Amino acid sequence: MSAILVIEQLLNGLQSGIMLFLMAAGLTLVFGVMGLINLAHGSLYMVGAFAAAAASAATGSFFLGLVAALIGAAAAGAIIELTVLRRLYARDHLDQVLATFALILIFSEGTRWVFGSFPLFLDIPDLLSGPVTLPGGIQYPLYRLTLILIGLAVAAGLFWLIARTRVGIRIRAGENDREMIAALGVDIDRLYTFVFALGAALAGLAGALVGAIQSVQVGMGEPVLILAFVVIVIGGIGSIKGALIGALLVGLTDTLGSIFLPQLFRLFMDPAAASQIGASLASMAIYVLMAAVLIWKPTGLFGAKA
Amino acid sequence: MKFKSLALSCAIAALAAPAMAEVKVGMITTLSGGGAGLGIDVRDGFMLAIEQSGRDDIEVVIEDDQRKPDVAVQLADKMVQSEKVDVLTGIIWSNLAMAVVPSVTAQGKFYLSPNAGPSQLAGRGCHQNYFNVAWQNDNLHEGAGAHANAKGYSKTFILAPNYPAGKDALTGYKRFYEGDLTGELYTKLGQTDYAAEIAQIRASGADSVFFFLPGGMGISFLKQFADSGIDLPVVGPAFSFDQGILQAVGDAALGVANTSQWSKDLDNPANAAFVASFEQEYGRLPSLYASQGFDTANLLISAIDKADVSDADGFREALRAAEFDSTRGEFKFGPNHHPIQNIYVREVIREGDVLTNKVLGAALEARGDAYAADCKM
Repeated sequence: MSAILVIEQLLNGLQSGIMLFLMAAGLTLVFGVMGLINLAHGSLYMVGAFAAAAASAATGSFFLGLVAALIGAAAAGAIIELTVLRRLYARDHLDQVLATFALILIFSEGTRWVFGSFPLFLDIPDLLSGPVTLPGGIQYPLYRLTLILIGLAVAAGLFWLIARTRVGIRIRAGENDREMIAALGVDIDRLYTFVFALGAALAGLAGALVGAIQSVQVGMGEPVLILAFVVIVIGGIGSIKGALIGALLVGLTDTLGSIFLPQLFRLFMDPAAASQIGASLASMAIYVLMAAVLIWKPTGLFGAKA
Repeated sequence: MKFKSLALSCAIAALAAPAMAEVKVGMITTLSGGGAGLGIDVRDGFMLAIEQSGRDDIEVVIEDDQRKPDVAVQLADKMVQSEKVDVLTGIIWSNLAMAVVPSVTAQGKFYLSPNAGPSQLAGRGCHQNYFNVAWQNDNLHEGAGAHANAKGYSKTFILAPNYPAGKDALTGYKRFYEGDLTGELYTKLGQTDYAAEIAQIRASGADSVFFFLPGGMGISFLKQFADSGIDLPVVGPAFSFDQGILQAVGDAALGVANTSQWSKDLDNPANAAFVASFEQEYGRLPSLYASQGFDTANLLISAIDKADVSDADGFREALRAAEFDSTRGEFKFGPNHHPIQNIYVREVIREGDVLTNKVLGAALEARGDAYAADCKM
C-alpha cells in the first residue's frame, strides 16, 4: 500500500463525488423549492449523455456535444415540468413518485425507440485524453482532473447564483414560504420552470461528462439517481452546501471503501474470501454512512430543522 | 349458461384448429431496458432461421421478460398453461433461467437455452428436457485461462462483478490458468466507474489483466483502462466485445484478445450464409448472441424434421443428435446436453469504419464442461 495509491484513490473519490454533486444539486433544489420528489432526474442524466453522443457524432466535436447536452436536458426538463410535474406540486409524495416513475419508463423506452438498443459511442476529446504526471510521480488521467475542475467551477457558480443574485434570493424565499413570495408578486410558475430546467441541465452535463468515460446506454441514470438520493439525505434536503459535502463524503467513502475494506480483511482471511466479503461490505459502506449521519442528525448535515 | 360457454369454447377451438401450427414455441427474452440488445439479437437470429426454413408449421410467441425473474416466471406459466407451447427458449440471464427452467422442464416441456448456462443446470440440476445451445457459463473464461498460459502470462490481475456468474467466471479462469494472481477483485454489479480498480492494477505489478464485465460495465472499464495509460495486455470473454457494444467502446478495444465459441469470420458455409443474410435482413452485423439464436432455431427445426414433438422420447433423441449445420462448424452435445465445442481466441480489429473480431486460433478444442460428471439424467 503505497502513498501514491492512496493519493490516487483520494483523487478518484473526489472526482466521483464532484460528479455526484452535479446530479444531487438539481435534485435537492427541486425538492427544496417545489417539494417534489423527482425520480426521473436520472432520465435527464441519460438525456444529456445521449444528446452529447448524438451531437458529437454528428459534428465531431465533444464540446458541441456538451452544449447539446446542456440544452437537450434543460429543454427536456422544462417540457416535463410544464406538462406533467406542474400538476403534482399540490399532490402528496406518493403520487409524485408514481408519476415520475412513469416518466422513467417513458424516457427509457423513448430513448430506445430513437437511438436503438445498443450503447452509443462517446469518447473523450484528444485534447484531454491520456494520463498526466502529477508532482510525486502520480500518473493520473487528465480527463478526470478536468472533471474535478469543471465540477468545482459549477459548484462555485451555483453558490454565487444562490447567494448573490436576485434569482437566488427568490429560490431561497421559495424554499421558506412559497405562498408568501407568490403573494409578493413573484411569478412562481416561471421560477419553478427555471429551477427545474437548471437542475435538469446540471444532470445532463454530468451525464455527458461521465458518459465519455462510461457507457452511454438506456438505464444509465438509475444507479446514479440512487446515489444522488443518498447524497441529499446525508447533506440535508434542500441544501446546496449539504449536497456538496454529502457528495464528496459519498464519493470518498465509496472509492476508499472498495479498495481498503478488502485489504483490511486480507490481514486475517484468505485472499478470495477477503475480496468477496470486502467487496460486499464496501457496497454497503455508503448506506452505513447514511444511517450513521441520520442517527446523529436526523435531518441531514445541513438540513432545516424538522 | 354453463352449456353455452362450453359450446362457445368448443366452437372457438374448432375455428382455431386449422390455423394452429404443429409446433408452438414460447420465447421469453429481454426486449426492453438496458439489456435489450442481447435479447433482440437472440430473437432476430432465431426468427431469421425460422424464416429461412420457409416453414409455416412453427408458431413463435415472443414475450419480454424485462430482465426480471418474477416477470419471466409469470410469462413461462402463461405460455405453458394458456398458450400450450411445446418448447420454450430465449432467456438471456442465468438468474432468470434458474427461476424458469426447472419448473417448465418438470412440466414436461422442452427448454432450449440460447444463452444462459448456469453451472447448477449443467451438473446436479440437469434435466433430460433441457438443452443448452450456447455454452456452460464457465467455458469462455476457461478459454481465457488457456490463452493466458499460451501467452506465458504469469502474473495476472483478475476481476469480475460480485454475483454468481462473476464468481463462475473467475473459477472458470482459474481452472485453466497456471500462473500466479497479483490480485483478485469483485466489483459491484452494474458498477460504472473503475478508477479505484485501475489504480490497484497499476500498483500490483501485474503482467496482464483478465476481466469479466458484461455489457455496459465492460464498455466503461475498457475506456477508462485505455485512458489510464497502463500498457498491459487485456483478456476477456466475448461478452464485452460482441458486435453490439464494440462500436461504443471505440478504439480502446483495438487489439484486445477475447474468447468466444463463435466469430463472424469462422470459416464454414453455414456461418458465411448466416452472416450475409443477417446483415441483409437487419442492416447490422450479427453478434454471438444472434448466432446462438440462429443455431437454437436450426436445432429445433432439425428435430421437428425427424420426430413429432408430441412423441417426447423421439423428439428428445432428435434434439440430442443435433444434426444441423451450426454456425460454429462442428457441434455436438455432451452427456448433460451442453455443447462440446471449440473455444476460440479472437482479436478486435477495425474493418473499414466498424470494429469487429478476427479469429486467431482455438484456445480449447472440443471442450465440454466441468459439471457433466455430476449430471445424472
